[in-house]
Amino acid sequence: MKFAKKLMALSLAAVMAGSCLTACGDSSKADGGKSGDENTIVIGGSGPLTGGAAQYGVAVKNAAQLAVDEINEAGGVNGVKFKLVFEDDEADPGDKAINAYNQLKDKGMQVMLGTVTTGSCLAVIDKTKSDNIFQITPSASAQDVIKNDNAFQVCFTDPNQGKASADYIADNNIAKKIAVIYDNSDAYSSGIFNTFKSEAKEKGLDIVAEQSFTKDSKTDFSAQISAAKSAEAELLFLPIYYQEASLILAQCKSADFTPKFFGCDGLDGILSVDNFDKSLAEGVMLLTPFAADAEDEATQKFVKAYKEKYKDETPNQFAADAYDGVKIIAKLVEKESIKGNMSKSEICDKLKKAITDGFSYDGLTGQGMTWSADGAVSKNPKAVVIKDGNYSAL
Amino acid sequence: MKKKLNVQTRKSFVTYALLLIVIIAVEIMVNTGNISSMLQGLLVPICVYAILAVSLNLTVGILGELSLGQAGFMCIGAYSSAIFSNLVKDSITEPMIRFPLAIIIGGICAAVFGIIIGIPVLRLRGDYLAIVTLAFGEIIKNVFAALYIGYDSAGLHISLKSQGDLNLASDGKMIINGALGISGTPNDSTFEIAAVILFITLIISYNFINSRTGRAVMSIRDNRIAAESVGINITKYKLITFGLTAFLAGVAGVLYSHNFYSLQASKFDYNLSILVLVFVVLGGIGSVRGSVIAAAVLTMLPEYLRSINKYRMLFYAVILIVMMICTSNATVRNFFVRNFEKLKGLIIKKKSAGETAKEGE
Repeated sequence: MKFAKKLMALSLAAVMAGSCLTACGDSSKADGGKSGDENTIVIGGSGPLTGGAAQYGVAVKNAAQLAVDEINEAGGVNGVKFKLVFEDDEADPGDKAINAYNQLKDKGMQVMLGTVTTGSCLAVIDKTKSDNIFQITPSASAQDVIKNDNAFQVCFTDPNQGKASADYIADNNIAKKIAVIYDNSDAYSSGIFNTFKSEAKEKGLDIVAEQSFTKDSKTDFSAQISAAKSAEAELLFLPIYYQEASLILAQCKSADFTPKFFGCDGLDGILSVDNFDKSLAEGVMLLTPFAADAEDEATQKFVKAYKEKYKDETPNQFAADAYDGVKIIAKLVEKESIKGNMSKSEICDKLKKAITDGFSYDGLTGQGMTWSADGAVSKNPKAVVIKDGNYSAL
Repeated sequence: MKKKLNVQTRKSFVTYALLLIVIIAVEIMVNTGNISSMLQGLLVPICVYAILAVSLNLTVGILGELSLGQAGFMCIGAYSSAIFSNLVKDSITEPMIRFPLAIIIGGICAAVFGIIIGIPVLRLRGDYLAIVTLAFGEIIKNVFAALYIGYDSAGLHISLKSQGDLNLASDGKMIINGALGISGTPNDSTFEIAAVILFITLIISYNFINSRTGRAVMSIRDNRIAAESVGINITKYKLITFGLTAFLAGVAGVLYSHNFYSLQASKFDYNLSILVLVFVVLGGIGSVRGSVIAAAVLTMLPEYLRSINKYRMLFYAVILIVMMICTSNATVRNFFVRNFEKLKGLIIKKKSAGETAKEGE
């Protein structure tokens, strides 16, 4: 018995020591690989590839890879090619996000595309600041994400989304009596709700029911739905992610509650939920900068390429944001003629100066996107409605 | 002549020595730059998880009660100390003064809550206790996730509804921003401090186990009725253990919150409590050294499995199952023990053979 314990302890210690050693080996290799190669810039991406938010992370990873491949096939920018490394952060707001970031650093990341989710991004921003790595997040939308001067967003910030939603509802006279169901344990959801509430007050909208749920109780919404129903809401505002929204839609139907539904970019992806009856989502409005069936050439080309590469999957807004993110980096690299053998910090200084200095980008998620020094993007939101099982522009 | 140390003391000194060797080795690696960023980033979390596992072991292994509220106490320690540090970071700029104060505050807050919760909860036993502690952990987490605290010239403002309800003056600053948590906590945790605290935790645990109190607690575990009949105050000893566990978990929370820029309550869910319990069970219930090793190995494992990408979590689970079977299955264990003894026998024989040969010369 005692020996067994000792043996166990010894073998575990050996495993530990062994793993330490392998780690050292890896790092030295990575260090050796990155220095001196002037024709490759490593873009590091971080997002959830497993777990509940995996759809976002996978979309970002796929689209970023697509963009990188396109750039490289066209010969790179000024002869510089890109390499994408992507790590799983499980959308964790703490140590796992940091672990993913550190792993990216070990793999020689020079520019960061990420992270995908807000919580992880908040954990990482101070690290990228102290390492002075240029960071552009495709989809982490909280205001705090861009508080450092090296971080920029492709998507809207949450306050903007909440404000834009309230404005859109009020300006287009969609409804007056509004019920909200939001996730108060989630930074994204409560961030939108806070600004939606204050803007709704100003615009004279009447919030008749404020219902919240938490991450641990996100399967049964009957209490929230019946509260919204008894308050006679005409519109249900859902600043949440699509997984929960799909359940709410189904449960609203069984509760015989048929208001209009309005959501933000988190609802994007609702049509690809497994076993989800798409007819339930008919008429759902969402505020998103990207619609896969838009007529313009760039969108069509992107959707076609994405579908070809990833088994007929329709790209969502996250994919479009990521694609834009990589293209933005490429444009900036071209503008500043950055080479792969420059240090991370040098690249960062050049990029962050370049992006605020009269740079404008026409992408999938907006025309004439510009950035101010605070890191937020300025572009127009688009409202999208789900019609015949597809997203179409309003 | 050498005084023969008692078994328990020897065991604890072996652990201290092992830990010291590992810490020194890591220090050397860090200072010579021979360490990957990832491993360096893992150092403090490993210490945090090790402290959590050791402290939970006091409740699970020594007191013999299953507690699933470890993440809740960690959450209290993390939040209370982060609030403190954010409030005083402008007035006390020296981290060597601020951080120890934060550690003490975090630990004491957690211990107070541990005792408050322990008074009603420890009347229960077994599965019931486990479920109630789980519920308390969730309550703590959800309260912090819904909490908005800000301060301005008029003092602290607290709300459970939304940021707007705080009515902060224009010079006000948010401390806890609901689900967005706390950001801007000074990064005072370093591996050195974390390692020292882990060391102190081990000393506390071993001395607790080998003390009069510890023996009383173990007697409650082994036979409650017999313990009661010899006059041991069961409630008191249970509360002492529970409070100590909560205190150490709180300290781990302090280290955790001061290691990252942002802190969100969603991190402290029941998965974390169960993860810590897994460390304890895998390391051997009641074994302090085992808890530390299991915490270190299982924290590093998923990171080193990153190379196999999407199969990572699958492999992690499979390895966990295999480890559990290997450490708990008598047949498998006996196989190792037999071979280990054989090996040991061989070495001793060789040694004695060598010695006789020497004498013969």
